Amino acid sequence: MPGDLDDSTLLLEQVNRALDNATPLRIQGSNSKAFLGRIGAGEILDTRSHRGIVSYDPTELVITVRCGTPLAELKQVLDAARQMLPCEPPAFGDGATVGGMIASGLSGPRRPWSGSVRDFVLGTRVITGLGKHLRFGGEVMKNVAGYDLSRLMAGSYGTLGLITEVSLKVLPKPRQALSVSLEMSSERALQNLAQWGQQPLPISAACHDGERLHLRLEGGEGSVKAAHDRLGGEPLDSAYWDDLNEHRLTFFDEDQPLWRLSLPNNTARLSLPGRQLIDWGGAQRWLKSDAEDRFIRQVANEVGGHVTCYSHGLIDSPFQPLPAALMRYHQSLKQQLDPRGIFNPGRLYAEL
Amino acid sequence: MNILYDERVDGALPDADKAGLLQALRGQMPELEILHQQEELKPYECDGLSAYRTTPMLVVLPRDIAQVQGVLKLCHQRQVPVVARGAGTGLSGGALPLEKGLLLVMARFNRILHIDPEARVARVQPGVRNLAISQAAAPYGLYYAPDPSSQIACSIGGNVAENAGGVHCLKYGLTVHNVLQVDILTVDGEHLTLGSNALDAPGLDLLALFTGSEGMLGVITEVTVKLLPKPQSAKVLLAAFDSVQKAGRAVGDIIAAGIIPGGLEMMDNLAIRAAEDFIHAGYPVDAEAILLCELDGVEADVHDDCTRVREVLEQAGATEVRLAKDEAERVRFWAGRKNAFPAVGRLSPDYYCMDGTIPRRELPGVLKAIAELSAEYNLRVANVFHAGDGNMHPLILFDANQPGELERAENLGGKILELCVKVGGSITGEHGVGREKINQMCAQFNSDELTLFHAVKAAFDPSGLLNPGKNIPTLHRCAEFGAMHVHAGQLPFPDLERF
Repeated sequence: MPGDLDDSTLLLEQVNRALDNATPLRIQGSNSKAFLGRIGAGEILDTRSHRGIVSYDPTELVITVRCGTPLAELKQVLDAARQMLPCEPPAFGDGATVGGMIASGLSGPRRPWSGSVRDFVLGTRVITGLGKHLRFGGEVMKNVAGYDLSRLMAGSYGTLGLITEVSLKVLPKPRQALSVSLEMSSERALQNLAQWGQQPLPISAACHDGERLHLRLEGGEGSVKAAHDRLGGEPLDSAYWDDLNEHRLTFFDEDQPLWRLSLPNNTARLSLPGRQLIDWGGAQRWLKSDAEDRFIRQVANEVGGHVTCYSHGLIDSPFQPLPAALMRYHQSLKQQLDPRGIFNPGRLYAEL
Repeated sequence: MNILYDERVDGALPDADKAGLLQALRGQMPELEILHQQEELKPYECDGLSAYRTTPMLVVLPRDIAQVQGVLKLCHQRQVPVVARGAGTGLSGGALPLEKGLLLVMARFNRILHIDPEARVARVQPGVRNLAISQAAAPYGLYYAPDPSSQIACSIGGNVAENAGGVHCLKYGLTVHNVLQVDILTVDGEHLTLGSNALDAPGLDLLALFTGSEGMLGVITEVTVKLLPKPQSAKVLLAAFDSVQKAGRAVGDIIAAGIIPGGLEMMDNLAIRAAEDFIHAGYPVDAEAILLCELDGVEADVHDDCTRVREVLEQAGATEVRLAKDEAERVRFWAGRKNAFPAVGRLSPDYYCMDGTIPRRELPGVLKAIAELSAEYNLRVANVFHAGDGNMHPLILFDANQPGELERAENLGGKILELCVKVGGSITGEHGVGREKINQMCAQFNSDELTLFHAVKAAFDPSGLLNPGKNIPTLHRCAEFGAMHVHAGQLPFPDLERF
């Protein structure tokens, strides 16, 4: 592609300068996910010069991409081969990059059935806090040599090193996809989803907006038709799932703060002030609410879940605070991998 | 270079005071079962990699978490290395004991704590057998997907420690994809919960880091796994080929047709004949290679996919394509494959199982190179291959009673693994590094990468007491190993002291 460039030498130089001077770096691509996490400080390291697809062989089901490659370009290349990233990472902006997708580790509506971004990471190249450009994992489906540093990078918000390249498992697109919507209460929807989850139904997305349950069926022609015959429902434009994923539904427009609740999938409807949208078949709930963070977190904790604040700058710790012992090991790991503390300090937690 | 722990290259271990430790354990935990006499320790001297044996200093078999915690705290205080062990079925020596270490056997933790069919999860103790989880979930129409060949015996704690795979990984993933939460005790006995009952957890993904960490970062005390609805239908096609190259290409063709089989396995002629003699699965013994392709899911889709795959296989030059006519035949087709290791074991007094992975497109070249190495080392090699995910299991046949044969088999195995690395693969897909592949780690990773691994270890176990010597080689070991592989006069790690 035009503009493809291996710029890793310059990135390594910038990291090494930062190490020499103990200058914190703020790693960013297009900054589309800057609203997530704590407000970062430091000298900007822009990854977008390091871009391009390094290798892609559809029959191997693996693609290797540089971190500054636009996510849209990656999707386009996969589209052309009738393949996809099953975890449906949201972009939250036109310029979103592959590096940001890995660092934030966010997944879309198919996640409970397909797996998360982390689940599709096979290997990474990383510039480390010891000033080296290293390779972990690889381009094979199974690889248990050494510690799994590649998957650890997913969702680390750039706090452990600069991800320069990633190899991802990809899959063929399903032959058939059909979206439907059914009118039912959220209680009823959650009950149904718990039942359907125990049966081999080709559901690949399930969201309840307060009034209607939206379902996506994906698979072969036979299974999709059989499931549709059984479940019924009115046709739904498949663009709905993108709008949900990118927070373009009207639900997300309201002024109140946005919270993400990650819960055991069979959690009953939670009683919280504000409006709720149930996604991931029950395992992810979006909440628009003015309630106190401590209250929301307490309600989620009681059912074994956790909460992220999606409204930037609202509270000091948008990610759920960790138990003390676990935080100590986080700090210890950060200290080992980034001893000079240059990579996105404070982005994930103040202590990291 | 011998793989048993060698303090000169693997690092000095603290000198243990066996009598003192025994006394302290008995004093603090009178109920704890301890084995300390030579004849009691003998059964624990190896895991599934039985060619290598070391008698542990002590074996403890705790029954509750408080005992595990007590043992870890005491060993930490006294600086005694601890090797954790589950069912002991591992093939890489990950649970190989240490003369100066305590062996912590977790097999008594064999209770299934809770099955929640609505949440589709099972919470189990680490000593629960892999297959027992699926059996307990079966009444709800659910099962646990990863199915290593040893699934009737291997325990889930070991599965997590090794990130175990199986024959259905391409579609259903490895252990890491099927575990939600793991409880661990750190080296000094502190309890941590990694992951959660939701689909993710706050903070860094330590669950991913711990999965496959081979008991080097903590001791697993509880595991919550995901359960899946059992596929409604599963069908198996058996295709015969007159060359392994054609069979290899057919695998790519199936994927290119947009089909992800539940299982896709290849066997070469030696493996086919061995399995047929042993199991009478009905394999075509004249074929150079067979593919077993399992399609599972909803009835209608499986039926359509069978038709598509049959066409692909025929176009790829299969000499014969057979659909298992009923469930009994399907099970028989699989029995041949699942028993390929013991079947090959009947051909030879000993065999050595490799576990390299390669990008699938490299298969024809790698198989040819293995055949050449087999001739060079004068040892037969049977090939069994998780074709869908590129995981090879060459089985090297040898006789340990013939002087020098074990060493030849080791050297041949090492060459095969280095070949896998050279074509962009890995030395281990699912069996783990353990002690077995400790030298080949030096071929897959450079000294900076190994240094970072040691940094990860130091974050959780700074004194290096958990399973020392496994998984990550010291730079000294690599320097010694590298000295035998001098490239173009360039000694790797030139600044390191040699022994």
